[in-house]
Amino acid sequence: MAPALLCAAFVALYPLARTFYLSFTNARFGDPNPAKVVGARNYADLVSDVFFRDAVVLTVLFTVVTVLAELVLGLLVALLVNTRFRGRGGVRAAMLIPWAIPTVISAQMWKWMFNDVYGVFNDILVNRLHLFPKAIAFTAEESTSFWAAAIVDIWKTTPFMALLLLAGLQLIPSDLYEAARVDGATRWQQFVKITLPLLRPAMLVALIFRTLDALRVFDVFYVMFGNRPDTMTMATYAQQTLVSISDIGYGSAISIAIFLVIGIFVTLYIVVFRPEEA
Amino acid sequence: MNIRSNRRVFAAAALALVAQLAAGCRGGGETKGNEGAAQKPATTSAAGTGTAATPAAPPPTAIQLPAPAVPNAAEAKKYAGAKITFYGDSVGIMAELDKVMAKRFQDDTGIEVRVVPRPKEATETYAAYQRMFQGQSADVDVMTVDVIWPGAFAQNLVDLGPKLGEAAKGHVQTLIENSTVDGKLVAMPWFTDFGILYYRTDLLQKYGFAKAPETWDELEAQAKKILEGEKATNAALTGFVWQGKAYEGLTCNALEWVYSHGGGTLVDDKKITVNNPQAAKALTRARGWVGGISPAGVTGYTEEEVRNVFQTGNAVFMRNWPYAYALGNDEKSAIKGKFDVAPLPHEPGQKSAGTAGGWNLAVSKYSKSPDAAIELVRYLASPEGQRYRAIVGSVVPTVTAMQADAEVAKKIPFLEKVRGGLEVVPRPSRSTGTRYNEASIAFFQGVSQVLSGKEASAVLPGVEQRMTRTLEQ
Repeated sequence: MAPALLCAAFVALYPLARTFYLSFTNARFGDPNPAKVVGARNYADLVSDVFFRDAVVLTVLFTVVTVLAELVLGLLVALLVNTRFRGRGGVRAAMLIPWAIPTVISAQMWKWMFNDVYGVFNDILVNRLHLFPKAIAFTAEESTSFWAAAIVDIWKTTPFMALLLLAGLQLIPSDLYEAARVDGATRWQQFVKITLPLLRPAMLVALIFRTLDALRVFDVFYVMFGNRPDTMTMATYAQQTLVSISDIGYGSAISIAIFLVIGIFVTLYIVVFRPEEA
Repeated sequence: MNIRSNRRVFAAAALALVAQLAAGCRGGGETKGNEGAAQKPATTSAAGTGTAATPAAPPPTAIQLPAPAVPNAAEAKKYAGAKITFYGDSVGIMAELDKVMAKRFQDDTGIEVRVVPRPKEATETYAAYQRMFQGQSADVDVMTVDVIWPGAFAQNLVDLGPKLGEAAKGHVQTLIENSTVDGKLVAMPWFTDFGILYYRTDLLQKYGFAKAPETWDELEAQAKKILEGEKATNAALTGFVWQGKAYEGLTCNALEWVYSHGGGTLVDDKKITVNNPQAAKALTRARGWVGGISPAGVTGYTEEEVRNVFQTGNAVFMRNWPYAYALGNDEKSAIKGKFDVAPLPHEPGQKSAGTAGGWNLAVSKYSKSPDAAIELVRYLASPEGQRYRAIVGSVVPTVTAMQADAEVAKKIPFLEKVRGGLEVVPRPSRSTGTRYNEASIAFFQGVSQVLSGKEASAVLPGVEQRMTRTLEQ
């Protein structure tokens, strides 16, 4: 017990407590004067900070859109590769490729594909299909930037979702389906009455994983948009404040706020899904 | 059956993981190999310094002219055997120049130099330096320092005065003043920069324009007419490309727009003056370019993307630094001999502006071999070194005698012509000190918001407020 507690305190509690403390100071990198405790000033600033508010809205929207899309697509993929067909092993291995590529690399790759001058999407849409009169700058225009990032994330993490759901599907005993068939249940009834309820624990795990990941999304946005103000997520805003601006105090307050937002989501899931009953 | 398929899933996952690990190891292995190469004695590592920072085999250098001999070799040989790391340039041909000159220095002096390119964007280099200094890191000895940084980093840099004070007398004195903090020469001027307008002489001539545009209205009219005429034959042609990504480069570009519209220099007399009607007018004008005479993607471009569009013949006008001149006249360039440079346009009755750029060389206080490091600075910033860089890379020297050198003037013919016609405008680093990065981010993010469609008059008060915070030290 004690070693486990010590270990947890060292890797998790100490950094958290330290960040919490720093969020009440005016600490800065490169500042010769020692940091002073300034009370809740950083939090007061945070409440009126429109950049942070926009970042929270964007991140939550991003999370809802991508996690929902990944859940639906992942479930479809999982159901598909759970059936028996030739070459199933190969398909299962191949579908993991997007997930295995480091995000900075795949984001850069997609950024090139989205490019307005030499990108493949514009080549197909404008030059070959003639759907649009002019090339679209997917990652520069405000209306398309969000969706460009969302597509990269969905492409990347759907396989991960599918993998977790597939593991859950395989835990469902096949005799349940047999019994249902004997009782004359349709395929749809089997899916709604057997598959979905029994998949709930696996789904909860997958959803929590993905939601946490999506809420602290950093690399896709940083690679594609840098410091652009209208495409900042909570994490890129925290990085900018901590690293580029070196404002440790305010950056710590942002980090604590991110921690709270994520906490709210986890609580929601646990309340809605009530895993102990599942 | 369940167990079997489970095993397959895990096999698949394991396969993916192995692939990922293999990819990771490969990168790691190469880096290690290169470090090994760099640590070999100078005599055996012909390519050691050249490859230290590039994981893949570097392309053969395009530089034909050999680097000049090290004038201070005798002095530097006292420190032979020392190992130093140089945080060099990463833009255009300048990264290559660093490697070639470092190699020559190593051969002539026996001081081993490892060249590491700094992050491409100044905003990130600044943050990287700040972290190194915070950790009192001895990993870097000689560093490239933007002209706006000496004030912010002075306490972490070696005073070069005692050793290089004599050499400093030959440099442009305003730059020496800029590098002197509390009487200490914390950085040695290396090259100087200012924003200029590049234009296609062939296209302007074809459409009957006798000279480069002097006002922004003229630039817009010329670009529109040329684009209209060329539409049928060259659909990829754009009118005007500039650095529009939200980073330090946008601060430089927007400062030029604001100043040439009579909107001041962002901070005047220690007061934030960015929120004024002329500045709003300038930004609104730039907003009009995006998706018009400039490609919609321009709001994601940095120096090199812009240069690539222009150098492949796909733009009529470009805003860039002098370094693009030599590359544009390279043998392989599509626009060799078809372009010229001029001061950036201005509003009628106002002055052309070029944001002051340029880089200095400095030695970290936490260096373990400061003496060897100073010798490298002495070599790189020497008249011979600057002359070489000017001839090969069209970078503007800071040594006064070299600015007037005949060969340099031949390679940078625009120096006198352009510099006389514009006001070199500094960024507000003096008044914001250590919080310059914060002020610059506030400004370029505001500009970025205008470029993506917000009203300038609605954005500027917020920028003013954020920038005002940076004045409280």
